Amino acid sequence: MNAIERYSADFARVKSTLPGSSIDWLQEARRDALSRFAERGIPTTRDEDWKYTDVTSLEKRALFALLPTARADAAALAASVERLALAAEYHLLVFVDGRYDRDLSRLVGLPAGATISSMAEVLERDPGLMEAHFVSELWPHGAFGWLNTALASDGAVVHLDADTVVEQPVHLLFLATGNASAVHPANLIVAGNSARVTVIEHYAGDDGATYFTNALTHVVVGENANVTHYKLQQESAKAFHVAGIHARQAARGRFASHSISLGAHLARIDISTHLAAASHCELNGLYLADGRRHVDHHTRIDHAEPDATSSEVYRGILDGGARGVFNGKVVVHQDAQRTDAKQENHNLLLSKNAEIDTKPELEIYADDVKCTHGATIGQLDDEMLFYLRSRGLDEAAARSLLIYAFAHDIIDRMALQPLRKRLERQLVERLPLGSTELSFSELLEEAPPHQTMNESRPT
Amino acid sequence: MLKVKNLQARIEGKEILRGLDLDVNAGEVHAIMGPNGSGKSTLAQVLAGRENYEVTGGTVEYDGGNLLELAPEERARAGLFLAFQYPVEIPGVSNVYLLKAALNAVRKHRGEPELDAMDFLTLVKDRMKLVEISQEFLYRAVNEGFSGGEKKRNEILQMAVLEPRLAILDETDSGLDIDALKIVANGVNSLRSPERAIILVTHYQRLLNYIVPDFVHVLQDGRIVKSGGRELALELEERGYSWLEGGDQAAAQSAVRAGAGKQA
Repeated sequence: MNAIERYSADFARVKSTLPGSSIDWLQEARRDALSRFAERGIPTTRDEDWKYTDVTSLEKRALFALLPTARADAAALAASVERLALAAEYHLLVFVDGRYDRDLSRLVGLPAGATISSMAEVLERDPGLMEAHFVSELWPHGAFGWLNTALASDGAVVHLDADTVVEQPVHLLFLATGNASAVHPANLIVAGNSARVTVIEHYAGDDGATYFTNALTHVVVGENANVTHYKLQQESAKAFHVAGIHARQAARGRFASHSISLGAHLARIDISTHLAAASHCELNGLYLADGRRHVDHHTRIDHAEPDATSSEVYRGILDGGARGVFNGKVVVHQDAQRTDAKQENHNLLLSKNAEIDTKPELEIYADDVKCTHGATIGQLDDEMLFYLRSRGLDEAAARSLLIYAFAHDIIDRMALQPLRKRLERQLVERLPLGSTELSFSELLEEAPPHQTMNESRPT
Repeated sequence: MLKVKNLQARIEGKEILRGLDLDVNAGEVHAIMGPNGSGKSTLAQVLAGRENYEVTGGTVEYDGGNLLELAPEERARAGLFLAFQYPVEIPGVSNVYLLKAALNAVRKHRGEPELDAMDFLTLVKDRMKLVEISQEFLYRAVNEGFSGGEKKRNEILQMAVLEPRLAILDETDSGLDIDALKIVANGVNSLRSPERAIILVTHYQRLLNYIVPDFVHVLQDGRIVKSGGRELALELEERGYSWLEGGDQAAAQSAVRAGAGKQA
């Protein structure tokens, strides 16, 4: 059975268990999505967008959607949630193997005008909230996007009416427990005009489990609205992670995306945004990979109207035989005069066998624009290492400090303290500290309140 | 404290040091002068342990041990400090963290307890007055966006915090205006002590008006060709390095012997 047949069979098996299965427009959209997926098929390295990311190994595995009857060990789940939650005051929505778990979730004092819930619940109570956004020709869709739309078993809906502000961040925690399973979470974030919200999309899985996460998130940013989106990928080391995050920003809307990729055997993350007049987006990313891991970020920013600004900084650290891919496309359309777009991608290769393919792409059809982009690939700087060692730091500590500083540039761009602390700890755990005598806890405590880093030296 | 004998070193196959001798005792300040390309900075880098330089001959004894066997960090912990000619910018690493990490590495080596945050800040603030650096500097990334003068003052601050036994200042005066030079010189002078030796590597005599050396050595083509007291620097200033060129080898060698004799 090839992948198309397999996923078609999967759809037939689970379709009656999918949320809103009695809603005609939704089932129609699912069938349509499945046929679109079948037309495209699983991408191969002959597709320009997948040139460096080979998903044949995913295709070979039989990774299927789970039926809702499958239940994981409750105590183990509670412990995972405890470990992965970021702050008691954050709203927390937990999804286990692709389905919302109300008992593990908590929503505290939502303001009027805010709906924060699971897709399944929204489809029961108020399906109209989703219809306009769930399937739209406006969203970019690849093969995996269509597969997600066909098979999505649940996901989060964060819907804010105009002028609604959700003060506490909304933490969406997706836990994978099932071996040989596939989950297709579909999330929708809608911020009405002048609304404001921060969402953390967080993926984690049981150690050693082989599974496939195929997530799709749509973000609608209204006029003057402000959406900050964090994505934290810390899947099991054997997992496949494919995700799309696609935003559309109305005039003067602000969207910030931070994508942190730490886990998975293979991760492919597509992030895009479409900018209307005078809107602003910021895309930041940090990817760490070692061993035989593969991590690929594709980003696309469309400046469709005048006076919008975009700023993008991605940094990657690759060790062992890991491979990274960064492809950042910025398209400035004909009407998008006075666009200001900046893009940077910096990569640190810690071993001879590590590899990065980085490709900034700039397409400009307007004449009055300011666009810059740059990419660097380098190793740890010998002069910096010597300088630190000449001050008494041993080699492992000097290397650790430089790696930490390289990555921290991205963490520094994040506002959420609990998330910053979590990432700093995870970063420190991965450093080649060895038997160093230096304590990095000091570094964590004494990080200055804010450092501006304009540009790293080309290495 | 430091005995350099017949030191030979090269970089990328190019011989730079060709049999250099130097004796430095505790409490002394030595100036090493010489034209560009004579090997001054190579000497400083080799003593600090820069691995790009290959030592091809000779010995360096520091406190009775073989300095050349030690890794750069071991030299630092044993009290050797190099103030760099071109201090590197390290984005993302704050000055305060580097100072603390460096000081605690050195203290640990000496068997002293690590300083707690309060004691550390008290010490650093005290030393900052010495080089007239404002506190805001502490939280900036190491040397990033610093002016030339600020970088040099930062080197002296590190030195003042680490309290080395042997400090090597590599062209610390280059690129400094007169006010910054005075600040740096004051900082260095306040660190002079009977237990500490200082090697000033410099191209110009100017620095020596502010930090008065006990000995002056002239380095040329990787060897010390003339040694003397402070007056040698003044003579060089007046007559230029070309005064030493032109093959008065015998005179130069006898000067070396005289210099060596004087130190012994």
